[in-house]
Amino acid sequence: MKQLKSFGAFWYDFIIGDDWHVAALIVAALALTALLTHAAHVNAWWLLPLVAFAALAWSLHRATTPRK
Amino acid sequence: MNALPLVLTVFVACAVEAVEALTIVLATGITREWKSTFQGMAVALVVLAVITAAVGPAIGYLPLTALRVVVGALLAIFGLQWLRKAVLRATGYKALHDEASAYLREVTAAQEAAVERRRGVSDWYSFTLAFKGVLLEGLEVVFIVITFGDNQKNIGAAVIGAAAAIVAVTLAGIAVKAPLTKVPENWMKLAVGVMLTSFGTFWGAEGAGVAWPGNDAALLVLVPVVALAAAACIRWLRYRKVAAASPAKESEVVGR
Repeated sequence: MKQLKSFGAFWYDFIIGDDWHVAALIVAALALTALLTHAAHVNAWWLLPLVAFAALAWSLHRATTPRK
Repeated sequence: MNALPLVLTVFVACAVEAVEALTIVLATGITREWKSTFQGMAVALVVLAVITAAVGPAIGYLPLTALRVVVGALLAIFGLQWLRKAVLRATGYKALHDEASAYLREVTAAQEAAVERRRGVSDWYSFTLAFKGVLLEGLEVVFIVITFGDNQKNIGAAVIGAAAAIVAVTLAGIAVKAPLTKVPENWMKLAVGVMLTSFGTFWGAEGAGVAWPGNDAALLVLVPVVALAAAACIRWLRYRKVAAASPAKESEVVGR
């Protein structure tokens, strides 16, 4: 059980890293891009880069703002 | 697409990983024992070869669209993670990854650990430390080579980039017989973060069904735009830090 936990922790740290919000935002943006492209026929090439920049800025803001 | 950007991207990304692995191997080998260190390295390389042999061809059977979505998402997440760390380090919010102090930490721990013979290995500590270091850094190299190579349908070029990086770092390590402290690791990580984020965003969106304006040429715009965004973040955080350090001055300005 302990080994399974550390195996899971390794992969979590390897892929997700310090801020899971960034990963969640990227996955949500990809899903929305697919939805816009296939269901609404909008060529939403701009969405993922915009979300990536916003996610980076938000994550940096959270990391550098002192917690009250 | 020209293979040169692929080779260079993989080269820089893998060089960063190789420098970190080299620090661990040198610290263990010089302080403890080279034989067990090399045994640990060799076993890690065999495990990596098995993982590559199992995962590499299996990825080739996946449909390209699904592969691009999954790999794109992983690379974008991975790249943003690197960018985040590099920006925090460049602005002093996080301590710089210092190979010299990392080496000293490993040396101190290696000197304190007891020598224990196990499973035919004369120094189990050296073996496991070298094994873990090479396996963990090697996994990142394998991930980069497979994802970049497979997406560009040019595994050969990705392997050349990775092999050249490992050989260059190893030769440099042998030449100086010390950790490569002069390597501007944080700036290399920032560059790798930019490339991973750009390629990940490009492939991920393409896999989700979008048609990039200019097709592959969109990458030539995307890479500098991501680099500019990272530079803007560094500038913004430096400004915030200065502003936070001098609240009196700031209130004077606001008061005017």
